[in-house]
Amino acid sequence: MAKLKSWRELPCGAIIEDLQAVRENKTGSWRSRRPVWDEKKCRPCYLCWVYCPDSAIVLKDGKVAGIDYDYCKGCGICASVCPRQAITMEKEKK
Amino acid sequence: MILAKTGNEALAWAMRQINPDVVAAYPITPSTEIVQLFSTYVNDGLVDSEFVAVESEHSAMAACIGAAACGCRVMTATASQGLALMHEMLFIAGGLRLPIVMCVASRSLSAPLNIHGDHSDSLASRDSGWLQFFCETVEEGYDTLLQAVKIAERAYLPALVAIDGFILSHCLERIETFDDQDVREFLGRPKPNYNLLDYRHPILVGPATLQDYYFEFKRSQIEGMNNALPIIEAVQQEFRERFGRGYPVIEEYRCDDASAVVLVMGSACGTVRYAVDQLRQAGKKVGMVKLRVFRPLVHSLLKERLGRFQTVGVLDRADAVNSYGGPLFTEVTSVLYDLPQRPKVLSYVYGLGGKEFAPEDAVKVLEEVLAGKKAELVTYVGVR
Repeated sequence: MAKLKSWRELPCGAIIEDLQAVRENKTGSWRSRRPVWDEKKCRPCYLCWVYCPDSAIVLKDGKVAGIDYDYCKGCGICASVCPRQAITMEKEKK
Repeated sequence: MILAKTGNEALAWAMRQINPDVVAAYPITPSTEIVQLFSTYVNDGLVDSEFVAVESEHSAMAACIGAAACGCRVMTATASQGLALMHEMLFIAGGLRLPIVMCVASRSLSAPLNIHGDHSDSLASRDSGWLQFFCETVEEGYDTLLQAVKIAERAYLPALVAIDGFILSHCLERIETFDDQDVREFLGRPKPNYNLLDYRHPILVGPATLQDYYFEFKRSQIEGMNNALPIIEAVQQEFRERFGRGYPVIEEYRCDDASAVVLVMGSACGTVRYAVDQLRQAGKKVGMVKLRVFRPLVHSLLKERLGRFQTVGVLDRADAVNSYGGPLFTEVTSVLYDLPQRPKVLSYVYGLGGKEFAPEDAVKVLEEVLAGKKAELVTYVGVR
């Protein structure tokens, strides 16, 4: 584990500049419902990508390519904003 | 330009000149006019500001926090229950070190309901990490708001500028305002500490920090407040150089040979000045010490300025229910405690809910302070 910093070494305003901790903290396990993306229905408008609060919509070559379940907390905003119902929410299996 | 303005009008005028990027606010007496007037400036195209009309003061401060985290210059105004409703959000602005500047038309807290002036609202926000300025006159309110923007942005601390509800917010005064251009040059553009929208330098704002880092971040925030006084003094100096007037953090009025003084904040300073003059004519050696800045607590200055008197009366326009004296009184007694020779300090609570604090009341307080003793710990001035 990395050495903990003293208060003098911390950035002003309780911000985190090194986002490694954010990457390590996989929040996907919090999910009770999972968004399922249907590639055939999707005409990439990127609304899901814009709205996702966790940057969990994966883009590949400028196209929507799926959902990053390591970080998606299952809030359902992507399903809610999708104009073509290409994302549906399903119950997370145990 | 010389103008006739109420306190609210003067603060709105200052906001127009400051031209903040974002103003999010919800109306509440006696501060309503500040944002009401400002919204007309927005409507008339006199400012470039984004005006966000929200559904509550809690939302107002939340919107201010979001905008400030994106590096914007952000302002709002409120009072009383509105400030109380913001309470949770005030600590977030403080902890994130966001230089939001807020006008407060000081007002009592319910219940019972009362819309008039006292300092209960601001003083109840004492521990939220905001700079707190109290003003004696409308012109001082105008000047202090301009200074507060610069101080906040340099110290990375939010700032609250309080004018006494109705006594200043609604009373017309002659004030000398400055040119828009001068104000804008004085302020410059903010140099934000961070910008949440800068996607080239992604950061996390408002993280969860548990036993490992919460205390360390708090310690760092406390240091920000500890270091604020030199910034306040530097900005006051720059203000004086540019505009030719200014105010010390602590002002002494006829204190040179005084044996007893009273310490006071806000509009009552004017009343006490008058009372001091009357007693001085009768040969009594009394004076007044005016405190403009409640946070940061300027303890070294208070020690230096108050330590030499025999007796100090502290006038509080708020009560800290069952505390050992008024809120300012307990700060002052703590500050003076470690002096080898310290003055006797007497606690007075006055003017709650806008109760009249007349020159006769101030004379009575000063005479008692000069005599150096009173029967009860706290005197509730003018209470039947």
